[in-house]
Amino acid sequence: MTDFLARIGRSTLGSLSRLGRASLFLWHALAGLPSLVLRPGLVLAQIYSIGVLSLIIIVVSGTFVGAVLALQGYNTLVNFGAQDSLGVLVALSLLRELGPVVTALLFAGRAGSALTAEIGLMKTTEQLSSMEMMAVDPMRRVIAPRLLAGFISMPLLAAIFSFLGIMGAYFVGVGALGLDDGPFWGQMQASVDFRDDVMNGVIKSLVFGFVASWIAVYEGYDAEPTSEGVSRATTRTVVHTSLAVLGLDFVLTALMFG
Amino acid sequence: MAAPVSDDDCLVDIQNLSFARGRNVIFNGVDVRIPRGSVTAIMGPSGTGKTTLLRLIGGQLRPDAGSVAVDGQVVHKMRHRQLYALRRRMGLLFQSGALFTHLNVFENVAFPLREHTDLPEMLIRDLVLMKLQAVGLRGARDLMPGELSGGMARRVALARAIALDPDIIMYDEPFAGQDPISMGALVTLIRTLNDALGLTSVIVSHDVAETARIADLVYVVSQGKVVESGTPEELMASESEWVRQFMHGLPDGPVPFHYPADSLDDDLLGKAP
Ligand SMILES: Nc1ncnc2c1ncn2[C@@H]1O[C@H](COP(=O)(O)OP(=O)(O)O)[C@@H](O)[C@H]1O
Ligand SMILES: [Mg+2]
Repeated sequence: MTDFLARIGRSTLGSLSRLGRASLFLWHALAGLPSLVLRPGLVLAQIYSIGVLSLIIIVVSGTFVGAVLALQGYNTLVNFGAQDSLGVLVALSLLRELGPVVTALLFAGRAGSALTAEIGLMKTTEQLSSMEMMAVDPMRRVIAPRLLAGFISMPLLAAIFSFLGIMGAYFVGVGALGLDDGPFWGQMQASVDFRDDVMNGVIKSLVFGFVASWIAVYEGYDAEPTSEGVSRATTRTVVHTSLAVLGLDFVLTALMFG
Repeated sequence: MAAPVSDDDCLVDIQNLSFARGRNVIFNGVDVRIPRGSVTAIMGPSGTGKTTLLRLIGGQLRPDAGSVAVDGQVVHKMRHRQLYALRRRMGLLFQSGALFTHLNVFENVAFPLREHTDLPEMLIRDLVLMKLQAVGLRGARDLMPGELSGGMARRVALARAIALDPDIIMYDEPFAGQDPISMGALVTLIRTLNDALGLTSVIVSHDVAETARIADLVYVVSQGKVVESGTPEELMASESEWVRQFMHGLPDGPVPFHYPADSLDDDLLGKAP
């Protein structure tokens, strides 16, 4: 019994000290941001590898999620003769929830894992150390641009996801199921509120982008410098980001719409 | 025992340094003084903490006790900005080379120049090619680090470490993995760089013969202590059996070749605990 309590205590202390180190790390990384004004090229290169290279998976997933939503939604709505509201249903689901959340989960798998592995391997092969000894601060040169690029990319990816989802639903609803396109767009325009729905979705994706990038760069930087260490860190990035995103989504939803 | 070095011409001054990793005590009261303008060698069996010592000088590790001062300033008491200013005047050649794997040889050597100067591209090109010429790898400028052998990678890293013309340069095992020809060239290069540019060089190595050829001063470190120091000739003729065994590379003597273990017979018969 005491053994059990001791183990709980130890793992709690462990988590707390990780959180402490991660916060300190974030503080140092944020301090590196101002110097990036002079080096926009560093951030752009990262936006390319984090954002642009994630586009394919976002485009494909967004379109299919929208299409499936339309199919499922139609089958339910038609029972109540409310199939004209399909556009609203799809748009609200995507803008408020699925866009930010699914994009963040995909981001963790596609870009976050890559970030962690890259930084972890740079640490393992002493590249970060040699950078420090060349008087180049890895926090500014490596970590800060990646953090910022992730933060910028996520809302853009989420917007693309939601837009393509709505287009996917349009092709299924209006194209395949024969709905009228007037009510599809008209009701959507009337019911979707810019501030309540669009902006709240954007805020969510900003928060998720921040948290996902933070976890990814931190896990890479904190990885034990061995092959297994990097592999464990990569797994942790995906798991922790997914859990954090789902948890934060609940909290944010409760605050915004509750 | 310690070489007579007066205070003002000592660039790196390590006093009573102690450092441990967990329960593994690596240094226990080490004093090392590196005179300005000299080539100083730190030698010792592998695993004694030679690399660790370089990291302590570079401010990447903090001593548990004692102090490491470079140019009169205590490294672990410096603020971030001061430390980075100091590191600009330091070159460290990593044991592994630690090249940036996403950049080719040319860009690796150009990296510190691009980060710290606003030189025009033409000048950067000339500087990089001169440094690469010095290490005999000008022709390899377009190769990626993955396409180099270990010895070549370390020579590229050397070119990168001297790109900014530092005041102090520290070499971690520069001779490991070099063929006899590049070994000879490297030995000469380290000495020439030191004398022509007025550098202070620290070589960490267990290649006794090569290091002894160019070192002005040698410290032999083992089990957390400086065992002996002096010129290579003095150490070759040392009173201590230990130092003579190490310097002449004899297999038999007080220095054990084996990591501490139970007797081999017991181990093979499964009797060891
Ligand atoms: N990151 C580390 N964590 C724990 N122990 C380490 C670490 N790096 C080195 N050591 C230990 O410190 C000692 C000295 O290592 P090092 O300085 O690399 O030796 P050398 O360069 O002289 O061969 C060794 O016993 C090694 O096991
Ligand atoms: Mg070493």
